[in-house]
Amino acid sequence: MTDLLTPVLTANWADERAWKLSNYERRGGYDALRSALQMDPAEVVTLVKDSGLRGRGGAGFPTGMKWSFIPQDNPKPKYLVVNADESEPGTCKDIPLMMASPHTLIEGVIISAYAIRANHAFIYVRGEVLHVVRRLQQAVREVYSAGYAGHNILGTGYDLEIIVHAGAGAYICGEETALLDSLEGRRGQPRLRPPFPAIAGLYASPTVINNVESIASVPSIIANGADWFSSMGTEKSRGMTIYSLSGHVANPGQFEAPLGITLRQLLDLAGGIREGHQLKFWTPGGSSTPMLTDAHLDVPLDYEAIASVKSMLGTKALQCFDETTSVVRTVLRWTEFYKHESCGKCTPCREGTWWLVQILQRMEAGRGQQGDIEKLLDLCDNILGRSFCALGDGATSPITSAIQFFRDEFEAAMHTPAWELFPYERSTIFVREPAGA
Amino acid sequence: MSNLIEPLPPSPNGHAGGDVASEELVGHGHFVTHFDEPSLDYGVTETKITETTLEEMRSIAARYPQARSALLPMLHLVQSVEGRVTPAGIEACAEILGLSAADVSGVATFYTMYKRRPVGEYHVGVCTTALCAIMGGDEVYARLQDHLGIGNDETTADGKITLEHVECNAACDFAPVIMVNWEFFDNTTPEKAIELVDQLRAGAEVQSTRGARVCTWREAERVLAGFPDERADEGPTAAGPSLLGLRIAEERGWRAPDPEHVADRPDEGGR
Repeated sequence: MTDLLTPVLTANWADERAWKLSNYERRGGYDALRSALQMDPAEVVTLVKDSGLRGRGGAGFPTGMKWSFIPQDNPKPKYLVVNADESEPGTCKDIPLMMASPHTLIEGVIISAYAIRANHAFIYVRGEVLHVVRRLQQAVREVYSAGYAGHNILGTGYDLEIIVHAGAGAYICGEETALLDSLEGRRGQPRLRPPFPAIAGLYASPTVINNVESIASVPSIIANGADWFSSMGTEKSRGMTIYSLSGHVANPGQFEAPLGITLRQLLDLAGGIREGHQLKFWTPGGSSTPMLTDAHLDVPLDYEAIASVKSMLGTKALQCFDETTSVVRTVLRWTEFYKHESCGKCTPCREGTWWLVQILQRMEAGRGQQGDIEKLLDLCDNILGRSFCALGDGATSPITSAIQFFRDEFEAAMHTPAWELFPYERSTIFVREPAGA
Repeated sequence: MSNLIEPLPPSPNGHAGGDVASEELVGHGHFVTHFDEPSLDYGVTETKITETTLEEMRSIAARYPQARSALLPMLHLVQSVEGRVTPAGIEACAEILGLSAADVSGVATFYTMYKRRPVGEYHVGVCTTALCAIMGGDEVYARLQDHLGIGNDETTADGKITLEHVECNAACDFAPVIMVNWEFFDNTTPEKAIELVDQLRAGAEVQSTRGARVCTWREAERVLAGFPDERADEGPTAAGPSLLGLRIAEERGWRAPDPEHVADRPDEGGR
């Protein structure tokens, strides 16, 4: 029986100066790189395929399979791009990973680039995390000095340039094709697919784009084997992963566990919902994944089980809200986020999110009009599946799921402001309970 | 005047503003978006861009297989020199990359970190996306506005603080969160936030709760352009909530399986 928590990616986060190359190497860092470079690149792809690793950035696509789509007979250069643009509301795992142990990612970058025969790798990190950018820049300098990157790596004849690229503030750049446009120096707007990035990605060349945590998992798979990795997790969701627990919990934080742990188990470890309160609703994987309720505490947090309750595992960003929270207010604030972050390229998302905000704003103020709930659902129906990329789809998730579980609150929004039904100060963490309460 | 007390603006698409009595929403965290920001002021011709800046821009362009990829870091560099994106900065990027100024301008106005008005020495970003907002970010933001006497995306008269509400900054387990020049200030309260901005205005050295000593906004922009400073080794490896799962696992002796003794999976009947 595997332990409830299985620190691998997080194992060195309590180490003194874990971000330094020498400290990373002291724990066996870059041994996996040496092993990988002894293998044929295709063997590395097969090993990662066999491990069952699936994308940790939200979609859960098998990582090794993604790599195998790179046409090796294509004469163009191949590129590896790491999506470090972590900005899905609730998601906060890649930032601490890169801050604490940038070499876990960079070792994964070098191995993964070798596997797909890329000579250029980019780490596209959001710009709003200055210290993470610093630690990545320094770690990249260190690996060049150590001979793990650059020309003729460890004498194998393999060359790799690694570039840390800071974004400039745009959630949409977490969408992989928008990220590519942004990395090409353009407005970050998504591209039509096909062609998929594996065929025509960065500079119209074969490109693999993977999330930070996916790539950071690769060294452990090389070091410990595919069977080791796939011995953790559930039948189709293998390995360990980082769950991020936030919101009204006694002790929020990061928990690295085999896929399939439940929210009830995680809450037990985190001391439960804050004292005197109860769970009302939560997201399994960021705001773009339909919300769930206390009826779903025992659903295994893996790709399949969460899909079976009509949500998505997403980024495993478990945002928990207690009974003091207005659902209408929360959904409005997420919708304002999507409106702000819509890139404007396609009409359903650009216009739809704008109208959703208009309606939700009057509902929060208790001035909802008859038919507003139906109008919200109709708007969502016209955005979902009709937008250029998943941002539009994601914008509808909080609304449709909230109406499904908490329709009465939307009905109440026809006559009573949300701040009267749910006094907002009660939801803050610095709430002062009246004496004797 | 604060944007917050103006009626809801028309949308960028020419729709009429919302029909909500927006004044009722004031204080409940409703904001205009960056679409509504003024465009670049092309009347400004003065510039601090020198030959050294241009040389640095060329060195950024040389990092990439295709030079245009350098545009985002080049615009960060422009901000580090100019304190915002200026017409001269746009022209310089365009010239070096062989693009039109309109092309560069189109990119510069897409991203929220590129500023069209001068930014103060310290950019203070209060997260007001749903979770931070609910857990207190709205109150923090409102109290800072009151205390500083400025609205969103405005700068104090002494040029020290630019206040902005920002979207989710990937620190939700530390909510509510403030960013100062894109360094984390975790688990904030209205009182802590006010103390923080007072220290910044007084010129005191301020340390991020899990990062470096705060540098100026322009210095931060230079790092984002790819010119490192010497602060990477400041601050802890990780802090507080980031370590919770690891601490619990250590206490209880939980660990990942031993690779030498990988158990057969019951659901596969052994391998």
